[in-house]
Amino acid sequence: MLAVFGLLTFGLLSKGSSGVGLGEAAPTSPLPRLEGGGDGSLADYRGRWVLVNFWASWCVPCREEAPLLQSFQRRHGDADFTVLGVDSRDLSDDGRSFVRRYGLSYPQLRDGDGAAAHDYGTTGVPENFLVDPRGRVRLLVRGPVTAEYLDDSVAPLLPGGKS
Amino acid sequence: MRVRAGAALALAVALLASAVPGAGAATPQTSVSEISSEVMCPVCGTLLELAESPQAQREKAFVARLVAAGKSKGEIKDALVDEYGTEVLALPQGSGFDLSAYLVPIVAFAVAIVALAFAVLRWRRAGEPPDGGSVAAAGPSPEDAERLEADLARYDL
Repeated sequence: MLAVFGLLTFGLLSKGSSGVGLGEAAPTSPLPRLEGGGDGSLADYRGRWVLVNFWASWCVPCREEAPLLQSFQRRHGDADFTVLGVDSRDLSDDGRSFVRRYGLSYPQLRDGDGAAAHDYGTTGVPENFLVDPRGRVRLLVRGPVTAEYLDDSVAPLLPGGKS
Repeated sequence: MRVRAGAALALAVALLASAVPGAGAATPQTSVSEISSEVMCPVCGTLLELAESPQAQREKAFVARLVAAGKSKGEIKDALVDEYGTEVLALPQGSGFDLSAYLVPIVAFAVAIVALAFAVLRWRRAGEPPDGGSVAAAGPSPEDAERLEADLARYDL
Protein backbone atom coordinates (compact mmCIF):
# COMPACT_ATOMS: atom_id res chain seq x y z
CA MET A 1 0.00 0.00 0.00
CA LEU A 2 2.86 2.31 0.94
CA ALA A 3 4.60 1.45 -2.30
CA VAL A 4 1.49 2.33 -4.31
CA PHE A 5 1.13 5.63 -2.46
CA GLY A 6 4.80 6.39 -2.98
CA LEU A 7 4.60 5.71 -6.70
CA LEU A 8 1.52 7.90 -7.07
CA THR A 9 3.22 10.72 -5.16
CA PHE A 10 6.34 10.38 -7.29
CA GLY A 11 4.23 10.51 -10.44
CA LEU A 12 2.45 13.66 -9.33
CA LEU A 13 5.66 15.38 -8.24
CA SER A 14 7.49 14.44 -11.41
CA LYS A 15 4.82 16.29 -13.39
CA GLY A 16 5.75 19.37 -11.39
CA SER A 17 4.08 22.73 -11.26
CA SER A 18 4.29 24.96 -14.30
CA GLY A 19 3.76 28.47 -15.50
CA VAL A 20 5.62 31.72 -15.50
CA GLY A 21 4.31 35.09 -14.42
CA LEU A 22 5.24 38.70 -15.04
CA GLY A 23 8.65 39.53 -13.60
CA GLU A 24 9.64 35.88 -13.32
CA ALA A 25 12.52 34.21 -15.15
CA ALA A 26 11.45 32.72 -18.47
CA PRO A 27 12.25 29.02 -18.95
CA THR A 28 15.32 28.42 -21.12
CA SER A 29 15.26 24.67 -21.77
CA PRO A 30 16.91 23.81 -25.10
CA LEU A 31 14.65 22.80 -27.98
CA PRO A 32 15.38 21.46 -31.47
CA ARG A 33 15.43 24.05 -34.20
CA LEU A 34 12.47 23.68 -36.58
CA GLU A 35 14.82 23.99 -39.54
CA GLY A 36 18.53 23.47 -39.93
CA GLY A 37 19.10 20.94 -37.15
CA GLY A 38 20.67 21.40 -33.75
CA ASP A 39 19.17 22.89 -30.63
CA GLY A 40 18.35 26.43 -29.65
CA SER A 41 17.18 28.16 -26.50
CA LEU A 42 15.94 31.46 -25.21
CA ALA A 43 19.26 31.62 -23.39
CA ASP A 44 20.95 32.10 -26.79
CA TYR A 45 19.36 35.57 -26.91
CA ARG A 46 20.33 36.76 -23.43
CA GLY A 47 21.03 40.48 -23.61
CA ARG A 48 18.30 41.05 -26.20
CA TRP A 49 14.58 41.62 -25.96
CA VAL A 50 12.75 38.51 -27.21
CA LEU A 51 9.09 38.09 -28.07
CA VAL A 52 8.51 34.36 -27.53
CA ASN A 53 5.56 33.32 -29.71
CA PHE A 54 3.98 29.88 -29.17
CA TRP A 55 2.15 28.78 -32.30
CA ALA A 56 1.06 25.75 -34.35
CA SER A 57 0.23 25.31 -38.02
CA TRP A 58 -3.25 23.94 -37.19
CA CYS A 59 -4.11 27.02 -35.13
CA VAL A 60 -6.38 29.40 -37.06
CA PRO A 61 -5.57 32.60 -35.07
CA CYS A 62 -1.86 31.86 -35.61
CA ARG A 63 -2.37 32.27 -39.36
CA GLU A 64 -3.63 35.81 -38.81
CA GLU A 65 -0.95 36.61 -36.26
CA ALA A 66 2.08 35.32 -38.21
CA PRO A 67 2.17 38.12 -40.84
CA LEU A 68 1.93 40.74 -38.06
CA LEU A 69 4.87 39.21 -36.22
CA GLN A 70 6.89 38.99 -39.42
CA SER A 71 6.16 42.65 -40.18
CA PHE A 72 7.18 43.63 -36.63
CA GLN A 73 10.36 41.56 -36.92
CA ARG A 74 11.21 43.24 -40.21
CA ARG A 75 10.85 46.68 -38.66
CA HIS A 76 12.38 46.01 -35.24
CA GLY A 77 14.50 42.88 -35.50
CA ASP A 78 18.13 43.75 -34.80
CA ALA A 79 20.87 43.20 -32.24
CA ASP A 80 18.50 44.32 -29.47
CA PHE A 81 15.33 42.46 -30.37
CA THR A 82 13.94 39.37 -32.10
CA VAL A 83 10.76 37.40 -32.31
CA LEU A 84 11.37 33.74 -31.37
CA GLY A 85 8.77 31.29 -32.66
CA VAL A 86 8.05 28.05 -30.82
CA ASP A 87 6.06 25.54 -32.89
CA SER A 88 4.19 23.56 -30.25
CA ARG A 89 2.43 20.15 -30.49
CA ASP A 90 2.64 20.25 -34.26
CA LEU A 91 3.94 18.01 -37.02
CA SER A 92 7.39 19.22 -38.05
CA ASP A 93 6.61 19.15 -41.80
CA ASP A 94 3.42 21.13 -41.23
CA GLY A 95 5.37 23.61 -39.14
CA ARG A 96 8.03 24.08 -41.81
CA SER A 97 5.34 24.55 -44.48
CA PHE A 98 3.73 27.22 -42.29
CA VAL A 99 7.04 29.08 -41.96
CA ARG A 100 7.57 29.02 -45.73
CA ARG A 101 3.96 29.98 -46.49
CA TYR A 102 4.11 33.12 -44.35
CA GLY A 103 7.76 33.91 -45.12
CA LEU A 104 8.75 33.98 -41.45
CA SER A 105 12.38 35.05 -41.14
CA TYR A 106 12.72 35.01 -37.34
CA PRO A 107 14.20 31.94 -35.57
CA GLN A 108 11.95 28.97 -34.91
CA LEU A 109 12.19 26.23 -32.30
CA ARG A 110 10.21 23.02 -32.16
CA ASP A 111 8.25 21.92 -29.08
CA GLY A 112 6.66 18.70 -30.35
CA ASP A 113 5.67 17.25 -26.98
CA GLY A 114 4.55 20.60 -25.57
CA ALA A 115 7.09 20.52 -22.72
CA ALA A 116 8.14 24.14 -23.25
CA ALA A 117 4.51 25.23 -23.51
CA HIS A 118 3.93 23.44 -20.19
CA ASP A 119 6.93 25.18 -18.61
CA TYR A 120 5.59 28.56 -19.69
CA GLY A 121 2.10 27.63 -18.48
CA THR A 122 0.39 28.24 -21.78
CA THR A 123 -3.26 27.33 -22.09
CA GLY A 124 -3.27 27.11 -25.89
CA VAL A 125 -1.86 28.75 -28.98
CA PRO A 126 -1.02 31.41 -29.82
CA GLU A 127 0.48 32.89 -26.67
CA ASN A 128 3.19 35.53 -26.43
CA PHE A 129 5.80 36.39 -23.80
CA LEU A 130 8.01 39.47 -24.07
CA VAL A 131 11.26 38.64 -22.28
CA ASP A 132 13.69 41.40 -21.32
CA PRO A 133 17.50 41.23 -21.74
CA ARG A 134 17.86 39.78 -18.21
CA GLY A 135 15.52 36.91 -19.07
CA ARG A 136 12.47 38.19 -17.13
CA VAL A 137 8.94 38.14 -18.54
CA ARG A 138 7.77 41.71 -19.04
CA LEU A 139 4.56 41.20 -21.03
CA LEU A 140 2.28 38.20 -21.40
CA VAL A 141 -0.52 37.82 -23.93
CA ARG A 142 -2.72 34.73 -23.82
CA GLY A 143 -3.96 34.81 -27.37
CA PRO A 144 -2.89 36.49 -30.60
CA VAL A 145 -1.23 39.87 -30.52
CA THR A 146 -2.56 42.63 -32.76
CA ALA A 147 -0.60 45.19 -34.73
CA GLU A 148 -1.81 47.85 -32.30
CA TYR A 149 -0.57 45.87 -29.30
CA LEU A 150 2.83 45.36 -30.89
CA ASP A 151 3.18 49.05 -31.73
CA ASP A 152 1.66 50.45 -28.52
CA SER A 153 2.89 48.00 -25.87
CA VAL A 154 5.92 46.15 -27.19
CA ALA A 155 7.75 48.70 -29.33
CA PRO A 156 7.98 51.38 -26.60
CA LEU A 157 9.84 48.95 -24.33
CA LEU A 158 12.54 48.27 -26.91
CA PRO A 159 15.80 50.26 -26.83
CA GLY A 160 15.12 53.81 -28.00
CA GLY A 161 11.35 53.28 -27.58
CA LYS A 162 11.03 52.44 -31.25
CA SER A 163 7.52 52.45 -32.73
CA MET B 1 19.22 -10.51 -82.26
CA ARG B 2 20.70 -9.67 -78.86
CA VAL B 3 18.79 -6.37 -78.76
CA ARG B 4 15.48 -8.14 -79.44
CA ALA B 5 16.22 -10.73 -76.75
CA GLY B 6 17.06 -7.99 -74.25
CA ALA B 7 13.87 -6.10 -75.06
CA ALA B 8 11.84 -9.27 -74.63
CA LEU B 9 13.49 -9.95 -71.28
CA ALA B 10 12.79 -6.39 -70.08
CA LEU B 11 9.15 -6.71 -71.18
CA ALA B 12 8.83 -10.02 -69.34
CA VAL B 13 10.28 -8.53 -66.16
CA ALA B 14 7.92 -5.55 -66.41
CA LEU B 15 4.90 -7.81 -66.90
CA LEU B 16 5.97 -10.01 -64.00
CA ALA B 17 6.43 -6.98 -61.75
CA SER B 18 2.97 -5.65 -62.61
CA ALA B 19 1.44 -9.06 -61.96
CA VAL B 20 2.89 -9.33 -58.43
CA PRO B 21 0.47 -7.72 -55.94
CA GLY B 22 2.02 -4.81 -54.07
CA ALA B 23 5.02 -4.54 -56.36
CA GLY B 24 4.14 -1.00 -57.40
CA ALA B 25 2.30 0.21 -54.29
CA ALA B 26 2.85 -0.50 -50.62
CA THR B 27 0.46 -2.92 -48.96
CA PRO B 28 -1.11 -1.52 -45.76
CA GLN B 29 -0.06 -3.49 -42.68
CA THR B 30 -2.41 -1.71 -40.32
CA SER B 31 -5.27 0.79 -40.45
CA VAL B 32 -5.91 4.35 -39.35
CA SER B 33 -8.68 3.18 -37.02
CA GLU B 34 -6.41 0.62 -35.35
CA ILE B 35 -3.67 3.20 -34.74
CA SER B 36 -6.19 5.84 -33.68
CA SER B 37 -7.45 3.58 -30.92
CA GLU B 38 -3.96 3.26 -29.44
CA VAL B 39 -2.59 6.80 -29.60
CA MET B 40 -3.62 10.12 -28.13
CA CYS B 41 -4.51 13.50 -29.50
CA PRO B 42 -1.91 15.47 -27.45
CA VAL B 43 -3.85 18.71 -27.52
CA CYS B 44 -7.26 17.18 -26.65
CA GLY B 45 -5.98 14.69 -24.08
CA THR B 46 -8.26 11.96 -25.50
CA LEU B 47 -7.79 8.98 -27.76
CA LEU B 48 -7.18 10.09 -31.32
CA GLU B 49 -10.20 8.10 -32.53
CA LEU B 50 -12.45 10.26 -30.31
CA ALA B 51 -10.90 13.59 -31.25
CA GLU B 52 -12.06 15.94 -33.99
CA SER B 53 -9.89 19.00 -33.29
CA PRO B 54 -7.78 20.57 -36.06
CA GLN B 55 -4.65 19.07 -34.50
CA ALA B 56 -6.29 15.63 -34.39
CA GLN B 57 -7.24 15.89 -38.06
CA ARG B 58 -3.62 16.66 -38.97
CA GLU B 59 -2.46 13.74 -36.86
CA LYS B 60 -4.96 11.37 -38.53
CA ALA B 61 -3.82 12.56 -41.96
CA PHE B 62 -0.20 11.89 -40.92
CA VAL B 63 -1.14 8.38 -39.81
CA ALA B 64 -3.10 7.78 -43.04
CA ARG B 65 -0.05 8.74 -45.13
CA LEU B 66 2.16 6.29 -43.23
CA VAL B 67 -0.47 3.52 -43.47
CA ALA B 68 -0.70 4.09 -47.23
CA ALA B 69 3.09 3.91 -47.42
CA GLY B 70 2.94 0.41 -45.96
CA LYS B 71 4.48 1.24 -42.57
CA SER B 72 3.86 -1.16 -39.70
CA LYS B 73 2.02 -0.24 -36.53
CA GLY B 74 5.31 -0.05 -34.63
CA GLU B 75 6.91 2.20 -37.25
CA ILE B 76 3.91 4.54 -37.23
CA LYS B 77 3.92 4.76 -33.44
CA ASP B 78 7.66 5.48 -33.50
CA ALA B 79 7.05 8.26 -36.02
CA LEU B 80 4.32 9.72 -33.80
CA VAL B 81 6.65 9.60 -30.79
CA ASP B 82 9.30 11.43 -32.84
CA GLU B 83 6.76 14.15 -33.56
CA TYR B 84 4.83 14.45 -30.29
CA GLY B 85 6.90 12.63 -27.64
CA THR B 86 6.00 9.53 -25.64
CA GLU B 87 2.80 11.05 -24.26
CA VAL B 88 1.18 10.42 -27.64
CA LEU B 89 1.02 6.72 -26.73
CA ALA B 90 -2.23 5.72 -25.06
CA LEU B 91 -0.71 2.65 -23.42
CA PRO B 92 2.08 3.15 -20.86
CA GLN B 93 5.56 2.18 -22.00
CA GLY B 94 7.38 -0.73 -20.40
CA SER B 95 10.14 1.40 -18.92
CA GLY B 96 10.74 4.14 -16.36
CA PHE B 97 7.87 5.30 -14.19
CA ASP B 98 5.34 3.98 -16.72
CA LEU B 99 6.53 0.48 -15.88
CA SER B 100 4.73 0.83 -12.53
CA ALA B 101 1.42 0.72 -14.40
CA TYR B 102 2.19 -2.92 -15.21
CA LEU B 103 4.16 -3.89 -12.09
CA VAL B 104 1.90 -2.49 -9.37
CA PRO B 105 -1.15 -4.67 -10.23
CA ILE B 106 1.06 -7.79 -10.44
CA VAL B 107 2.75 -7.05 -7.10
CA ALA B 108 -0.59 -6.17 -5.48
CA PHE B 109 -2.10 -9.45 -6.73
CA ALA B 110 0.87 -11.47 -5.43
CA VAL B 111 0.68 -9.75 -2.02
CA ALA B 112 -3.06 -10.46 -1.86
CA ILE B 113 -2.53 -14.16 -2.64
CA VAL B 114 0.17 -14.50 0.04
CA ALA B 115 -1.99 -12.66 2.61
CA LEU B 116 -4.96 -14.90 1.77
CA ALA B 117 -2.83 -18.04 2.16
CA PHE B 118 -1.62 -16.90 5.61
CA ALA B 119 -5.19 -16.08 6.66
CA VAL B 120 -6.44 -19.55 5.62
CA LEU B 121 -3.57 -21.26 7.51
CA ARG B 122 -4.29 -19.25 10.68
CA TRP B 123 -8.00 -20.00 10.40
CA ARG B 124 -7.36 -23.73 10.09
CA ARG B 125 -4.94 -23.74 13.03
CA ALA B 126 -7.44 -21.89 15.21
CA GLY B 127 -9.86 -24.83 14.81
CA GLU B 128 -7.35 -27.40 16.17
CA PRO B 129 -6.88 -28.23 19.91
CA PRO B 130 -3.83 -26.64 21.56
CA ASP B 131 -1.96 -29.95 22.12
CA GLY B 132 -2.39 -31.05 18.55
CA GLY B 133 -4.43 -34.23 19.43
CA SER B 134 -7.93 -35.01 18.26
CA VAL B 135 -10.96 -34.08 20.34
CA ALA B 136 -12.45 -37.59 20.13
CA ALA B 137 -9.30 -39.31 21.45
CA ALA B 138 -9.05 -37.12 24.55
CA GLY B 139 -11.97 -38.74 26.54
CA PRO B 140 -13.25 -37.65 30.03
CA SER B 141 -10.89 -36.76 32.83
CA PRO B 142 -10.47 -39.32 35.74
CA GLU B 143 -12.69 -37.15 38.00
CA ASP B 144 -15.44 -37.06 35.37
CA ALA B 145 -15.13 -40.82 34.79
CA GLU B 146 -15.42 -41.49 38.54
CA ARG B 147 -18.48 -39.24 38.85
CA LEU B 148 -20.04 -40.94 35.83
CA GLU B 149 -19.53 -44.37 37.38
CA ALA B 150 -21.10 -43.14 40.64
CA ASP B 151 -24.11 -41.75 38.83
CA LEU B 152 -24.61 -44.96 36.86
CA ALA B 153 -24.41 -47.02 40.06
CA ARG B 154 -27.41 -45.16 41.43
CA TYR B 155 -29.56 -46.46 38.62
CA ASP B 156 -30.73 -50.07 38.54
CA LEU B 157 -30.65 -50.81 34.86
